[in-house]
Amino acid sequence: MAPISRGFRRRHPDDGQSGRLPPGQYLERDFPVLSAGPTPRPDLSSWSFSIGGEIDEGRSWSWDEFQQLPRETVTKDIHCVTKWSKFDTTWEGVSLDVLLDGVQTEAGFLTAFCDGGYTTNLPLDDVTDGKAWVAYTYDGEPLDPEHGGPARLLVPHLYFWKSAKWVRGLTLTIEDELGFWEQLGYHERGDPWREQRYAGD
Amino acid sequence: MGRLASRRQETPTAHTFVIDVPGWPGHRAGQHVDVRLTGEDGYQAQRSYSIATPADDERIELTIEVLPDGEVSGYLGEELREGDEIELRGPIGGWFAWGPQDGGPLLLVAGGSGVVPLAAMVRDRAREGSDVRAQLILSARTEADVFYRDELRGLAADDPALDLELTLTRERSPAWTGRRGRVDRTLLEELAIAAADRPHAFVCGPTAFVEAVADALVDLGHAAELVRTERFGPSGA
Repeated sequence: MAPISRGFRRRHPDDGQSGRLPPGQYLERDFPVLSAGPTPRPDLSSWSFSIGGEIDEGRSWSWDEFQQLPRETVTKDIHCVTKWSKFDTTWEGVSLDVLLDGVQTEAGFLTAFCDGGYTTNLPLDDVTDGKAWVAYTYDGEPLDPEHGGPARLLVPHLYFWKSAKWVRGLTLTIEDELGFWEQLGYHERGDPWREQRYAGD
Repeated sequence: MGRLASRRQETPTAHTFVIDVPGWPGHRAGQHVDVRLTGEDGYQAQRSYSIATPADDERIELTIEVLPDGEVSGYLGEELREGDEIELRGPIGGWFAWGPQDGGPLLLVAGGSGVVPLAAMVRDRAREGSDVRAQLILSARTEADVFYRDELRGLAADDPALDLELTLTRERSPAWTGRRGRVDRTLLEELAIAAADRPHAFVCGPTAFVEAVADALVDLGHAAELVRTERFGPSGA
């Protein structure tokens, strides 16, 4: 039972949206930027997205090839571990179901890798069956570099650090191998509805 | 659970809270805590705040800018009194952190309240008697808005290996004869420890500030993997 903070009360009216907010989150109308280092600005002519690791045959797409893949537009609520949530964000990109279609693998997990060296780990079950995308537009515009452009992972049902910016590919793994923030004490899965912010939550 | 030992006004809009946390495990300079408030109706709000001090037994200090309309910062600024309990969790983070054993040089660039985690590094370095070359480039609106200004000036005056560079963006007083304007590529090229010296760079402040400074550092040849950033959202409250 949390102790009462004497005199503390909600300052912003509950606009009926609080059921959409996971525990400990607040509603943000802007789109804050969080990242661990400078914003990479890769050259699209040498950009590729690849899938390797525990897979029968590796796959890779150039930027142009990636644009030819079937695309989807999705509108999702997103939740950052730094406590802000943002409702109804609209993205366009390629479903991981398309990228992983027909893959033969023993893997149960993957590590997303990115320009700038960032990594994050995810169970395959969290990125298949319409749960994850590689997004390259936000709100109808090409994704800004500071928000992860040219392309970022989008896994909206988990805390947003799992939606790796500047993603360049996936390595399929048998075991769950901790990524950048996960090695620094953040939760290995990061379900906002269970408030899995930090290791052990 | 912590207890407020004392508080003091740092600037017209920021307060430093000295908090005793029984069982605190210690932390590295640059790490932060999550503060959680709970109302009588069970409503909860939590925010992250950087620790301003190096590890000091079971005591930490937070300097918090009270934001207009800030749900958590406003409560802390207006309501929290000596002896009050405060629920907090930490230390959190380990990427945006430095200690004298990590070596240098150390290039610290802060915008506004972004100085808080960097001040913890400067204080840790001073307390440990480290002679690692260090530079703190600090941007603020006016001189009165500079956190810890007397302390930082004193540390720099006593230590030839510590360089403090202050620039003010909205100071109107003609009494200020120091540098004016934003931290941009030109200023960094002129003042900052050169890329060739491969400094460990830490940049903290509002998003636009951090984006501009980190981009400029990379443009000046600093290796991206040596530039660590921490950003405050536009309404981090």
